[in-house]
Amino acid sequence: MKPALFEYVHAESIQQALEELARGDCQPLAGGQSLIPAMNFRLATPARLVDLGGLQQLRGLRLCGNDIVAGAMTRHRDFETDANVRRLLPMLPHALVAVAHVPIRNRGTIGGSLAHADPAADWPALCLACETRMTLRSIDGERSVSAAEFQLGLFETAIEPGELLTEIRFPAWPAQRRWGVEKMTRRRGDFAIAGAIVLLDLDADGVCQWARIVLQGVTDTPFVAAAAQQLMLGRRPDAQLLQQAADAARAAVQPRSDLHASSEYRSELVAVLTRRALQRALAQGASSATGP
Amino acid sequence: MDTPTHEIELTVNGRRHQAKVPARLTLVDFLRERLGLTGTHVGCEHGICGACTILLQGEAARACLMFAVQANGMEVTTVEGLAPVGELSPLQAAFKRHHALQCGFCTPGMLISATALLRECPQPDADQVRDAISGNLCRCTGYIPIVQAVLDASLEASSS
Repeated sequence: MKPALFEYVHAESIQQALEELARGDCQPLAGGQSLIPAMNFRLATPARLVDLGGLQQLRGLRLCGNDIVAGAMTRHRDFETDANVRRLLPMLPHALVAVAHVPIRNRGTIGGSLAHADPAADWPALCLACETRMTLRSIDGERSVSAAEFQLGLFETAIEPGELLTEIRFPAWPAQRRWGVEKMTRRRGDFAIAGAIVLLDLDADGVCQWARIVLQGVTDTPFVAAAAQQLMLGRRPDAQLLQQAADAARAAVQPRSDLHASSEYRSELVAVLTRRALQRALAQGASSATGP
Repeated sequence: MDTPTHEIELTVNGRRHQAKVPARLTLVDFLRERLGLTGTHVGCEHGICGACTILLQGEAARACLMFAVQANGMEVTTVEGLAPVGELSPLQAAFKRHHALQCGFCTPGMLISATALLRECPQPDADQVRDAISGNLCRCTGYIPIVQAVLDASLEASSS
């Protein structure tokens, strides 16, 4: 057996899970697709695991007005197949089919991925782009944090000891929001070397009213390229503007170097992927919900 | 420290099993070492190679990225469950025809991933097949005969 010894508790209710977490020295087990590999390598040696796998109330997608609220135990695969997500947030199914592989997406959860907070992972960047809100519960109550407040650093989040991420709320998109997702991986399903996510709202004259540009896999946390967004506002995008925005995104980050890619290469990718994601968003027929 | 055990009951290839397992026993080790179902292979043990892929509640999953205790109450299908003993499923027969296996290490995972694909999408194109087996690494056969075998099995199913 590869993992170190640990105590296992199968939670029968959210309350029980919260009580276990409150006792300390305890980690939630969600889909296990990041935690269990780390345990198999003994990079993670939790003393106690509280398994959320039986908590059906934490799994599922519901409509709240036009907001979509996801339970933290909702599988990646659930987002791919959900009719409301496909209609209202078509970017998500499009982006998720490029997350790992089907067997991983059948088990991996949005909450687990967010709590793990890998800088190259997709959910943290997608949630930052979508300006989600996260619900954190403990036996003392619950609080809500924005995606921007949620991820604090490399594998570090705002979840305090004793707290459990229970819900992620995706605010409704205005009709005709455009989007583009670009990601560079060595092989299909790998973690991103770098990625760019673009959301754009244009008015009837094609003038940009709102822009969201998020970079992934580049810095310790997903990064909002604010200067690039600012350049887009009030302008009618053309090739020159897209290049300016892409250059601004590149100038805003000092990418990390690791064995997958150098900082210089990531810088170049930021510019190229940002420009391509902007192009994809613009090429999209605004009426099309299926996307590029 | 004593190793506490947990009682589990699960169905594997249609047969119910009860067992007492330590929490840290992975599902793949349980299948191989406790049930003797060595058709499911153990490769990387961190979810990359796909050799341990099984069907859990009918969906493909990595048996190395689950503890046996998590499968309590669930239904598991391994490669041994794809056809009656001594017979081949149409997909397995297509693998044989197309020489879609050489050393055989990746084969159980390939068969399970492809079985899951064909159940969900009985008429896949080559790209869909490649996507479905993208999480299964093969180091010797090469992927071309494997993709051909899956496509052939899907055609056979549609014509019968």
